[in-house]
Amino acid sequence: MIGDHSLSGPLDDVAADAGHLDHPPRVGFFTDTSVCIGCKACEVACKEWNLVPEDGLNLLGMSFDNTGMLGANSWRHVAFIEQQRPLGNQDTGLAGLPTGPSGTGQMTEVVAPALRHAERGGGELGTSPLSVDRGSQSLCMPSFELPGAATGTEGRTDFRWLMASDVCKHCTHAGCLDVCPTGALVRTEFGTVVVQQDICNGCGYCVSGCPYGVIDRRPHDGRAQKCTLCYDRLRDGLEPACAKACPTQSIQFGPVDDLRARAAQRVEQLHERGVTEARLYGHDPNNGVGGAGAFFLLLDEPEVYGLPPDPVVPTRDLPAMWKYAGIAASAFLAAAVAVFAGSGR
Amino acid sequence: MSRLQGDPPRAASPDGADSDGDGARTLARNQQRRAPGRRGDDGSREQAMVPRAEFRSYYERPVLKPPVWEWKIPAYLFTGGLSAGSAVLAAGADLTNRPALRRMSRINALMTLLASGYLLIADLGRPERFHHMLRVAKPTSPMSVGTWILTLYGPGVGLAAVSELLPSKVRRTMPGRLLDRLARPAAVTSAALAPAVASYTAVLLSQTAAPAWHEAHPQLPFIFTGSAAASAGGLAMVLTPMHEAGPARMFAWYGGVSELVASKLMEHQLGLASEAYTTGRAHQLRTWSQRLTTAGLLGATLAGRRSRAAAIASGIALLVGSALQRFGVFEAGVASTKDPKYVVVPQRHRLET
Repeated sequence: MIGDHSLSGPLDDVAADAGHLDHPPRVGFFTDTSVCIGCKACEVACKEWNLVPEDGLNLLGMSFDNTGMLGANSWRHVAFIEQQRPLGNQDTGLAGLPTGPSGTGQMTEVVAPALRHAERGGGELGTSPLSVDRGSQSLCMPSFELPGAATGTEGRTDFRWLMASDVCKHCTHAGCLDVCPTGALVRTEFGTVVVQQDICNGCGYCVSGCPYGVIDRRPHDGRAQKCTLCYDRLRDGLEPACAKACPTQSIQFGPVDDLRARAAQRVEQLHERGVTEARLYGHDPNNGVGGAGAFFLLLDEPEVYGLPPDPVVPTRDLPAMWKYAGIAASAFLAAAVAVFAGSGR
Repeated sequence: MSRLQGDPPRAASPDGADSDGDGARTLARNQQRRAPGRRGDDGSREQAMVPRAEFRSYYERPVLKPPVWEWKIPAYLFTGGLSAGSAVLAAGADLTNRPALRRMSRINALMTLLASGYLLIADLGRPERFHHMLRVAKPTSPMSVGTWILTLYGPGVGLAAVSELLPSKVRRTMPGRLLDRLARPAAVTSAALAPAVASYTAVLLSQTAAPAWHEAHPQLPFIFTGSAAASAGGLAMVLTPMHEAGPARMFAWYGGVSELVASKLMEHQLGLASEAYTTGRAHQLRTWSQRLTTAGLLGATLAGRRSRAAAIASGIALLVGSALQRFGVFEAGVASTKDPKYVVVPQRHRLET
């Protein structure tokens, strides 16, 4: 059962591999961040449809992102990054206007130390409110000055805003699913990964098994929670709530094969139009998770959006891990035999 | 060895930040950045082994979720290992006719196993559903494998310990005699499974996305089995008379040396992830662990068979050293999830080479 092929690498039919004999095509998301306008309708629609509780009303100081990251109580998360460069050949119309430099660097200076003081180092974002020790800086917008007030014309710059709606990647080789000891995490007939809430006992292993930092345990509830790709809606032939609510079709839902083709087309189109920094993330079946069911078109390196640049499912190294454990266990037993044999009766 | 290793791609230029003005470029100033922070006072006088790494991040926010596990998990790593080591000592003592060592080790194995059970169940988000672990047997989940190892290991340990604790009146009855007779095969069966109990926890931690745990998968099993042997030997030295504790001292010796050597290798062979072990609280805990384990081994060698007091002191040093090792390794893994550099720098390096 655990040959090398099923632990990592490409997998043609992920649902069949999980035992679904007669199943619909694998579905997923293609999130085209080049058309995201940061409206957060996806976050709201997801919360409403799935009855996801509040994750804390924070003002994080990360541009307009007050969610922070995915978590038990945030199954969609819109990232905002402000950068001093134009988007493709776009004219932002800022030339000659009193716009200061992007505040991102300044914001990071304020936000990062505060995150480090938080109990889980900021990893609680998306799950629970930040609990920051006394004595650290409060989280707030870093400046009350008018834009550009501090600088003259020489500081007037170009500007682009990156926005991206992040979600569970529904990996072909899902770290969370592999490590779940109860069978609560399952592969559905749609090829997606879902937590069965009546089974999960909150062991927390999946939280550490995910190479993207998506799944988390919900405080007080005690169970692991993440995007279900609206399993209930899929069963009724509907598209997931976030894709339905997205006003710009930044979030596209459909069979993964179609989405991959569409994504390849879109990135080519953007390159032709001069947006050379456009790139796909997570689509490749040869990547560390065997290709994600939810992949992205990004306009900068993944880590700028808080995504790992080259994630690998921890299970890939499982045979090597057991090999080392086996050697250590044998040495342990041999030592025990030796100490008694050596000291006689 | 895993592909995840690697030195950071480039050292930061002094004015490296924001050179292209996008503001998301970050300097991980290994020492400087932490100076006023939580992890600044790591007591480390060593130079950082890895040069300053430049990487980009999302407001320096973690990429991974830090583990939801609390102190109970490293405490279990300790008690579970202690139980496994004690079970092995109990079987050996039984087969080589050392009644005091056998009796104490059997009881220790059960008591620490009971503590382990409590710690594991109490750490669950839904403790009343602990038995859901027994729904499936899943080879890809070291926690599922571990559940079944413990399920097979537990009854023998329980039977052997109960046979030691029976009042003599009960021992003379039929069931008492039967239990007495079953104790040895039961204890030997458990001892055969004990190496798995002592080592699977290393795989449990390694099969996570936490860089410091995942990268350490070649060394962790030796640290954990070593720590298990050292602690079990130490506890036996505390509780049994010196003339029977010879094998316990030697077992502790094997364990302590294995732990210390593997631990040193881990500090130098993991690339950037080594830094999680050599800085901050993990570093403090592990430094004390190494001091105490070394002291315990020296004490056991020099005076372990001559002075009861020295044997007890050495045994306690080994126990505390073993426990601190588990907490230190745990802390290092948690720290490596909280700082995005441990995720971004090696992965970026991998993409660019």
